[in-house]
Amino acid sequence: MNISADDRYNTLEKSMKKLSYEKNALIEVLHSAQEIFGYLGIDTLKYIAKRLKLPYSKVYGVVTFYNYFRLKPKGRHNVVVCLGTACYIKGSEKILEKIEKRFGIKAGETTSDEALSLLTARCFGSCSLAPVIVCDEQIKGKVSLENPLCDIEEMIK
Amino acid sequence: MITSTAELQELASKKREDNEKNPREISPERSTPFYTKQRRIVLENEGLIDPDDIEDYIAHGGYMSLFKALDEMSPKEVIEEVKISALRGRGGGGYPTGLKWESVSKVQSLQKYIICNGDEGDPGAFMDRAVMESDPHRVLEGMAIAGYACGANKGYIYVRAEYPIAVEKLNRAIKQATKLGILGENIAHSGFNFTVEIRLGAGAFVCGEATALIASIEGNRGHPRQKPPHLSDHGLWGQPTVLNNVETLANITPIIKNGGAWFKAIGTESSSGTKVFALTGHIKNTGLVEVPMGTTLRELIFDIGGGATEGRKFKAIQSGGPSGGCIPEHLLDLQIDYESLKSAGSIMGSGGLIVIDDSSNMVEIARFFMDFCRSESCGKCTPCRVGTTELTLLLDKFIKKEATKKDFELLKEMCNMVKSTSLCGLGQTAPNPVLSTIRYFEDEYLAGIDTKCH
Repeated sequence: MNISADDRYNTLEKSMKKLSYEKNALIEVLHSAQEIFGYLGIDTLKYIAKRLKLPYSKVYGVVTFYNYFRLKPKGRHNVVVCLGTACYIKGSEKILEKIEKRFGIKAGETTSDEALSLLTARCFGSCSLAPVIVCDEQIKGKVSLENPLCDIEEMIK
Repeated sequence: MITSTAELQELASKKREDNEKNPREISPERSTPFYTKQRRIVLENEGLIDPDDIEDYIAHGGYMSLFKALDEMSPKEVIEEVKISALRGRGGGGYPTGLKWESVSKVQSLQKYIICNGDEGDPGAFMDRAVMESDPHRVLEGMAIAGYACGANKGYIYVRAEYPIAVEKLNRAIKQATKLGILGENIAHSGFNFTVEIRLGAGAFVCGEATALIASIEGNRGHPRQKPPHLSDHGLWGQPTVLNNVETLANITPIIKNGGAWFKAIGTESSSGTKVFALTGHIKNTGLVEVPMGTTLRELIFDIGGGATEGRKFKAIQSGGPSGGCIPEHLLDLQIDYESLKSAGSIMGSGGLIVIDDSSNMVEIARFFMDFCRSESCGKCTPCRVGTTELTLLLDKFIKKEATKKDFELLKEMCNMVKSTSLCGLGQTAPNPVLSTIRYFEDEYLAGIDTKCH
């Protein structure tokens, strides 16, 4: 891939410059990279390692330690099922099962037509609205256990 | 630029006049028992001020405490006031805040740091989120006062990336405060400098642990380390560091404003002040509740929370998240403070309270938390890494009703092993949900023992 021709790398370069290429700002840089690219591909990680003068192993180690970072691209839409305690008590596992069954994917996967990614989260701090799912960054609270799919169908339509 | 208390007061009264011309509508819900039975100190501005407008915060008395500290008090006096208040860390540990500050203030160092822990990783808790989103300047003011008291001029707020609105509000608040000269160099001509930066977490429960959080700010995997050395000697980048939870820092402004004695008078002998709880689960009224320490669980759940959801029976309340325990109905008259919750086999924790009704199986709940700790274990020390996995597998046997009597003994033994030999708080407290459910709901474990084949 020709990195210099890819505009997204220019944007990444700018955000690294803003953090003065500090090695200890690695996590901040990874956050910006994930925002720019949608995920953290191997090429991107190698590029960051080179620019921050860090071993690639260190960058990879940090990325895989934290739940928030993705190594694979997301679908056009994404749905996140909260598996925090309040949502668990209110039956979030059943919601997850129904979504998995309907779209034929497991948590962490994307449908083959790249329309939908299914993710899980620890807690959004919206526990009063439990059970909660997040459709394209929009929080949907008090999701029905019987029919949890309508918001998702609406989103991918 | 605001450079003196007089200028701050002038801005405040001007904004107050504006506010009187366009009064804000207050939701009628505020007059229901859910609100009227609370005592709000940390959340006093929640929903009543515009978090995007520093002037509105100032109109409600904001930054007066910082200016009071800078104008009238020495750093030592600020620490003395916090010590008198007997404020204890609201992140769950309950360590006296004044003592923490004092030990950092006594260390000689050119660089010290104040860190605000906004990595509310405990699922089922959202107190800190509410404070950061609805009253971000209160957190900044608390940090600046802590900086002045301890001799630190740099602060970091470590916020979860899952809280994008909190990040946005805090960023805006920092910008506004810097523009007015309330953060930055030579604040109010006092010679005191203080700046604040935000650092994003990336979804790791263990980063709520102090040394792991610091490793994360430094750009590493969030691995905890052995203590000592304590943070007061060797914290962020090896420098003396104060690490306080959001809610702890949110208590500082009223303490400086009203005095430590005023704060000490609220709550119980051993635990002063109020505590914010996140009431969730099978309960009628969910939401954030701030009550004085010493309030009973019954008042909290039934008078404010309205009791269990329609048609269900209250069974237990879970406090302290994955590090805490379940408290059964017969202990509901327990007064909430650090010691009494501990003696009941749970912990205060950060303030998540999850009501569990009779439709839930306690072994499954214990397994839920153990599985959480298993997946969040950082893997550095063996008792936690292997122990939480083995405990999850053991609990599975009870759920499938395939356990033996020996398994039950092993379960208890392994819980105590993980508790006493893990490196950090995550492992040391991971068995609590199992131990407390064994203590109060042993029959549900015994029901999982297969008596036929053994």
